[in-house]
Amino acid sequence: MFARLPETGAEAVVVAIDGADFEARAGDSVAAALLASGRLASRATPVSGAPRGPFCLMGVCFDCLITIDGVPNQRACMVEVAPGMRIDTQQGAPPLGTGAA
Amino acid sequence: MTTQRIDIAIVGGGLVGSALAWGMRALGPRLAVLDASDAHAASQGNFGLVWAQGKGLGMPAYVGWTIGSARAWPQLAHELRTHAGVDVALEQTGGLHPCLSQREMESRADRLERLHAQAGVERCDVRMLTRDEALARLPALGPDVAGGSFGALDGHCNPLRLLAALRTGLRRAGVVRTHCRVEAMAPSADGFRLLTDRGEVAAERVVVAAGRGTQRLAGMVGLSVPLVENSGEVLVLERMRRFLPFALETIRQTDEGAVLLGDSHEPRTDAALDVAVLGAIARRALRVIPALASAQVVRAWAASRVLTPDGFPVYAQSAAYPGAFAVACHSGVTLAAAHALELAPAILGGSLPAALAPFASGRFDHVRAAA
Amino acid sequence: MKTCDVAVIGAGPAGLVAATTATSLGLSATVFDESASPGGQIYRAVTTTPVRRPELLGVDYWHGANLVRPFRASGAEYLPATTVWAAARGAEAFDLGVSGGRPGTRIGGTFAARTLLVATGAIERPLPFPGWTLPGVMTAGAVQGLLKSSALVPAGRVVLAGSGPLLWQVAWQLASAGVAIDRVLETIPRGRLAEAMRHAPGFMFSTYLARGLELIRAVRRRTDVVEHVAELQARGDGRVESVRFAVDGEWTEVPADLVVISHGVVPNVHLPAALGCGLEWNPDQSAFQPVADAWGGTTEEGVYVAGDVAGIAGAQAAEARGRLAALAIANALGRIDAARRDALAAPAQRALATALRGRRFLDALYRPSPEFLRPRGAVPVCRCEEVTADAAREAVRDGAVTLHALKSATRCGMGPCQGRSCLATAAELLADELGADCAALAPPSIRFPLRPVTLAEVAAWPSRADAEACVVRGE
Repeated sequence: MFARLPETGAEAVVVAIDGADFEARAGDSVAAALLASGRLASRATPVSGAPRGPFCLMGVCFDCLITIDGVPNQRACMVEVAPGMRIDTQQGAPPLGTGAA
Repeated sequence: MTTQRIDIAIVGGGLVGSALAWGMRALGPRLAVLDASDAHAASQGNFGLVWAQGKGLGMPAYVGWTIGSARAWPQLAHELRTHAGVDVALEQTGGLHPCLSQREMESRADRLERLHAQAGVERCDVRMLTRDEALARLPALGPDVAGGSFGALDGHCNPLRLLAALRTGLRRAGVVRTHCRVEAMAPSADGFRLLTDRGEVAAERVVVAAGRGTQRLAGMVGLSVPLVENSGEVLVLERMRRFLPFALETIRQTDEGAVLLGDSHEPRTDAALDVAVLGAIARRALRVIPALASAQVVRAWAASRVLTPDGFPVYAQSAAYPGAFAVACHSGVTLAAAHALELAPAILGGSLPAALAPFASGRFDHVRAAA
Repeated sequence: MKTCDVAVIGAGPAGLVAATTATSLGLSATVFDESASPGGQIYRAVTTTPVRRPELLGVDYWHGANLVRPFRASGAEYLPATTVWAAARGAEAFDLGVSGGRPGTRIGGTFAARTLLVATGAIERPLPFPGWTLPGVMTAGAVQGLLKSSALVPAGRVVLAGSGPLLWQVAWQLASAGVAIDRVLETIPRGRLAEAMRHAPGFMFSTYLARGLELIRAVRRRTDVVEHVAELQARGDGRVESVRFAVDGEWTEVPADLVVISHGVVPNVHLPAALGCGLEWNPDQSAFQPVADAWGGTTEEGVYVAGDVAGIAGAQAAEARGRLAALAIANALGRIDAARRDALAAPAQRALATALRGRRFLDALYRPSPEFLRPRGAVPVCRCEEVTADAAREAVRDGAVTLHALKSATRCGMGPCQGRSCLATAAELLADELGADCAALAPPSIRFPLRPVTLAEVAAWPSRADAEACVVRGE
């Protein structure tokens, strides 16, 4: 699906995607890490439950919504990975009071 | 220019005009709804409450009219499901008016007491809840909530789907709906002539239900419907899993999961957004349900209300031209059932029900005379 | 609160040049950028890209570094990863609601600016076709962004579909990086090239011509290009597995792991629209754009637009327009007189004229065909609320005869993307059902917040006594 070009020079950043460690690269967005890990979908929609994943990667389409460090509905393409970040694909609408104020 | 001839013309295709048309849909193509489709019309900004509690202080007739409509709502919802194929998501699981201080509690209790003490009013099933009683029903309430009043008959529906359902149902019933602006209206030998930007319409009877446009149009057929300036803003939060088992007066969760926060009363008629008002709405909502702090605001809107000087509806029949009626009201969702099931048949019959006599616009004559 | 002379929203070529110009004239400038580093989409990650072979991204890309360098040295304040979610005109300045920042350094609250320079660029034109919401269908800009920011390239069976310069540029970049592209499905209808030829004389002098033809030739040498594709479908269970396409009514299905689509870009007008700036329909580009004068001045005093948000014209034009808008602001704020403004503007005006050569030809050649602009059937038009083309069309027939009414009737545009992914299509469907021209439609009403923000962030907007009074419930 996606492969990293050789000799990029970016350092490794380990994140947890759905509980499994994944070695992303510094400068990756969460969406890039997700795609690099072989996943195309970040969520199931709250409207019909249809699977969706990164589409525009420039913050416009809101299709790549994902849960980051427990905060749901974050745009995966607009947040850069950080060491130890927990990234969880999400299903439907979040419950009340799960975000970060 | 060809003239279209019909029995009844309803000027205004919002919630009020469409609900009236629904009650007259048996006329089919002899009924026309003339709709100017103002983008910021009250119908497209409605909060969606079906609400009876607390309404009618100073107008005893309004208490029974509102309660009657809330009771008739399931029938309207059933009709729309059957004949338009649309579920308007009616839920009448009760409604909470939260109070954020002891002072608000006392003021609310006093208001309800005075309301029910009015001569001859029907008592609405509403009672004051202590903080603990309110918390038992809704654990998400914040520490500032002192309690509130709970109306058993109250509820909510999806107002946009209500409007869409009425329009779909009317189309299926063969009722004519024209997107046009009525420029002028005048009595004629056999009824009324309406000049629109899309041609002329001749109707035996005319019902003006044009929202904020009612003031201008009703004057052309001998009716005076004064309105005051009032706009409101609403915030829409992202869809969340269902956590509100009933509606609050200014917070409700739609059947789709989105949470609406409202509403402000601003002394203006434009529909511009004022971010400072959105901020004030947000702060008040957070005192009621603090856990909403992390919820994302997806949209906001503003719309102008159709509000008379005393806040109660106008139901008026022209004395000079008895075929002309005017309807103006703010609670277009709550009253939709009464409009469709009671008012519409009465207008078809040629006169307003006696119970609606207190709502004639003559009650404002002294206001104007004084001014 | 500190008030800056100009708030620049967006850090692509227009925003970077505008901020650099403004500060060089003694104005204070703050640049709000949704991205993590300057460059916009065209020069995305130009200072941080992990790609080690510069030739992969092309010389045009590296030009971005020439804009970032003077911008960094200019003294303009730069706030990356921040969103301007609201703006309100106050007595002396605009208040901006700002949200974001890097994790750990969250930026919030309000900023004040005497003028606004909106350089929010373009977004990809929505191109609804059956299956375009499946995971694995992505825009050309998305795939290009992954290459620039993360040195990631598609693997497996890759199909490109659509038309326009961006599609070819991405095809060339991927091919150069060693990606095997299974098919390029080009959607230019038969006869379109002949139609576009009347604008060819301008194009002959375009700086795009030589490089564009070179790219296309290079891709064609290595890839199977199918022309005149009139219909597209992506299929798969939970993710894209194949693409079906029709040429002259004949369908072909090819397996695909990734489908990369592009039909050009449209202006990202939400901020100026919400500020009350007038919008107009650009018939050549089939999109709304702000009404603006030659300096980028909009119908709202103190609000300027520059770059592709003002109408699609490309990166070179964006630089010139950024400079012109900054000069106009410096003049409006009394920093330079009109004569000096005009003298400084002359080179930028010449550069703009050069950059615009050939634009009409590109617009005419790459204008999507009606089948793609005005879809039918169960195709989702609004990705957020999952509203189909047929549902939108039926709502219009039921009386939703304005963009606003269409949104109310169907929820088309009510989701978190706030209509960015469906506005252009909604306008086309509305016009189609009404038998009207898009130019005759009332522009959409777009409101704050421009991006979803938390309720706590909205609650943090400074309070104003008369606004508080509007929500009093003491009775």
